[in-house]
Amino acid sequence: MGLFILRRLGVMIVTALCLTFIVFFLTNLYPNLEKLAKTQGNFRMSDEAVASYLEKRGYLDPMPVKFGRWLGVVPGWVTEAPDGTVTGRCFAQNTPAQDRPTFCGVLQGNWGQSTVFKDDVGGIVLERLGLTGKLMGFVLLVMVPSALLIGVLAGMREGSALDRSLSTFSIATTATPEYVSGVIFIAVFASSAFGLRWFKGSATSAMENATFENFTLPVLTIALYGMGYIARMTRASMTEVMTAQYIRTARLKGVSFGNIVLKHALRNALIAPFTVIMLQIPWLLNGVVIVETLFNYKGFGWVLVQAAGNNDIELLLAVSVVSVIVVLLTQLISDVGYVILNPRIRIS
Amino acid sequence: MEQLTWTGALSGLNLVFFAVALALAVSVLASILVSVFARDTGPLGVNADGTLMAASGMSGLTGQARYFSFLALVVIVLLYVIGGVVLGPQAGIIGGLARNMLPVWIALIAIFAVSITFKRKLGLYGKLFDSTIGMIGFGLVMFWVFAGVMGGAFDMLITHDPLSQFSGMKNALPGTPLNGAEPDDYQWFLLGGDNLARDVFSRLIKGAWIVVKIAPFATLFAFMVGITLGLPAGYYSGRLDTFLSFLANLILAFPVILLFYLLVTPEIVQTGIPNYMAAVLFSFPIVFCAVLLNSRYCTQPSLRTPLLIVVLGVLVWIYLSLISNNGAIVANDSYRIPGLPGFVDWIDMDSGLLTVFVAVVFVNAPTVFRIVRGLALDIKTRDYVAAAQTRGEGPWYIMLWEILPNARGPLIVDFCLRIGYTTILLGTLGFFGLGLESESPDWGTTINSGRRLLSLYPHAALVPAFALMTLVLGLNLLADGLREESLRD
Repeated sequence: MGLFILRRLGVMIVTALCLTFIVFFLTNLYPNLEKLAKTQGNFRMSDEAVASYLEKRGYLDPMPVKFGRWLGVVPGWVTEAPDGTVTGRCFAQNTPAQDRPTFCGVLQGNWGQSTVFKDDVGGIVLERLGLTGKLMGFVLLVMVPSALLIGVLAGMREGSALDRSLSTFSIATTATPEYVSGVIFIAVFASSAFGLRWFKGSATSAMENATFENFTLPVLTIALYGMGYIARMTRASMTEVMTAQYIRTARLKGVSFGNIVLKHALRNALIAPFTVIMLQIPWLLNGVVIVETLFNYKGFGWVLVQAAGNNDIELLLAVSVVSVIVVLLTQLISDVGYVILNPRIRIS
Repeated sequence: MEQLTWTGALSGLNLVFFAVALALAVSVLASILVSVFARDTGPLGVNADGTLMAASGMSGLTGQARYFSFLALVVIVLLYVIGGVVLGPQAGIIGGLARNMLPVWIALIAIFAVSITFKRKLGLYGKLFDSTIGMIGFGLVMFWVFAGVMGGAFDMLITHDPLSQFSGMKNALPGTPLNGAEPDDYQWFLLGGDNLARDVFSRLIKGAWIVVKIAPFATLFAFMVGITLGLPAGYYSGRLDTFLSFLANLILAFPVILLFYLLVTPEIVQTGIPNYMAAVLFSFPIVFCAVLLNSRYCTQPSLRTPLLIVVLGVLVWIYLSLISNNGAIVANDSYRIPGLPGFVDWIDMDSGLLTVFVAVVFVNAPTVFRIVRGLALDIKTRDYVAAAQTRGEGPWYIMLWEILPNARGPLIVDFCLRIGYTTILLGTLGFFGLGLESESPDWGTTINSGRRLLSLYPHAALVPAFALMTLVLGLNLLADGLREESLRD
């Protein structure tokens, strides 16, 4: 087991390295750098001005060198201007020579500067992750119990009216992406056109102070799209368990239906959905990006859109590192949890 | 011309409609309650574990109530449509829509009539017409397919030009008469105007065409890539599998939206990366067909050689016309790779569309790969594969002619689901304003431009939102029906 986790962690690091290199490569292509220079300097810069701007900041060095700098295994760039002022990646302009560190990258705990927010990347990402964590927490709180309930109720009597209604409902929710359900929710519950003004169409105020009024719609929008899939998986697992021999035995012994479902079937039926729920979390990230844009909630997804839209290289790298860690960590937890929950499976 | 109401002359039906809808809701709730409290699952309940249960009256009663109120609802909806077709705009907005959609109704009736008549001879497709869910799904999907093809490719259904702006029609409500209409113009904006005073209805139909044009083909290409790589990964296992699975997991570890932002910006298009990716991804169908035919007919060279020449010739021509644009495969400031010259390049695909297409294929392919690999891993342990190996068949023959046909059931179901997912992805691209131009009528872009005025004029965003929802719902129901019917035998 320990070896298995270690090997998975190794794969995780390799994946994270490859992925960040791809992001690094794509964001460091010349047209992207040109855009960066023009948004940072001014839009009417000539080609020579762009080149010298990029040259001074070390953007035009070979790709592996730049990537090594970001990682912190290659010395950061140092440029000396003709008038003697020295600028560098690792220090502010007026640092005395003996205080200048040579390496500054992720390995040294330095995630770089965001060019959009003019701030430290690590701080931005942590702050925004906290906000998104709040959103995700509420989403999971709403989504998981209701999805499991729907799945178990639908799966306990396959083909009944309850099953068909709930299955249709879960198909309908999987067919409604966040940008559709969000738009419908805002139009119905937050606009003057329908006259129902129960909730707010913007979640900006929820960043400091989440209330029922401003947080319901975003949470519901994300939860609804993920719910259908988990419910269908739970239903499938439940119907399979209900065909098992020990359920028949229990039924023939005369155990009441409620007890069959709660005491015999439920535990075995909830093993498979656990994996599905864990694997669903990275998908929620997608919904988070859409919903945060739609409801103007300035969390992690909103930062992703800002960073990507402005080619903010170091912020984008940090964002992709975080998301790849989320993806791979949930995979690891789902594998390990599956083994722990299901005693029939062993990792050799 | 005056403002149209929703139902116009048919407004007498509204009361009946609401009554029947209420009856349906009540009977569904009642049968749910009965199924919770009563001890049976229908006339003669067979439990999942094989035991039987006695019949009882309550559930049968509520079941019948549900059935009949559903039928009544369908009849009333049909009455609205037929009344609308007969009366036209006199029957309000619904009438105008129904009249405009007449070719679609005719095509739908024709395809349903033909399919139901010959359903016993049509294999899995025919069996679809045995399940209500499958038929509803198929109807919804074909509605949008016909609307897209007729409206987009033949300009039939649309009432106004989807790109031109009409003065005084900015944010007009549904059913507003056209300001200063000529006698031969269509007199109303049936579903209102958007914030640039364009007709929402016509843009809706044009948007359906964009989806119908891209989503099935992008899914097909993703399947070609996934199958061509997934079969050997599952069949050979070992190093190849480890490597390909690592690549697939790498792509899947990207958040989709980040990937879109990295691949679909104008700056990346300038570098030509999407064109290179297109050149690689679009070559998979050629490889697939070549291997497919060669592995089957390699023992009969006299048949194989001409067959391969013809098939590959056509495919390579399509391939080159797909990836070349204005006579070049990649053209940017510093260099240019020539492609097919314009006069033999019959597929006119502008670079924005190509980029969107490539991004969607790229996102979908790894998931298909994983599904195919899993199926191949499972099926290669079967006896018929062992029999083929004993006969001395080559590995590619076994993969493509033994394993693949036996994996078709789950693959067809996933294909339907994946078209729906591709539609959602296209909408996501539009929603973030990536790829297609900002005036493009596709649904995602329209939702994005409509959402700014959502609290005052929701119709401009709601109409494409409902359209996207019904199409994806139709595809999911279709997949569900197919799954049910393919499991039955």
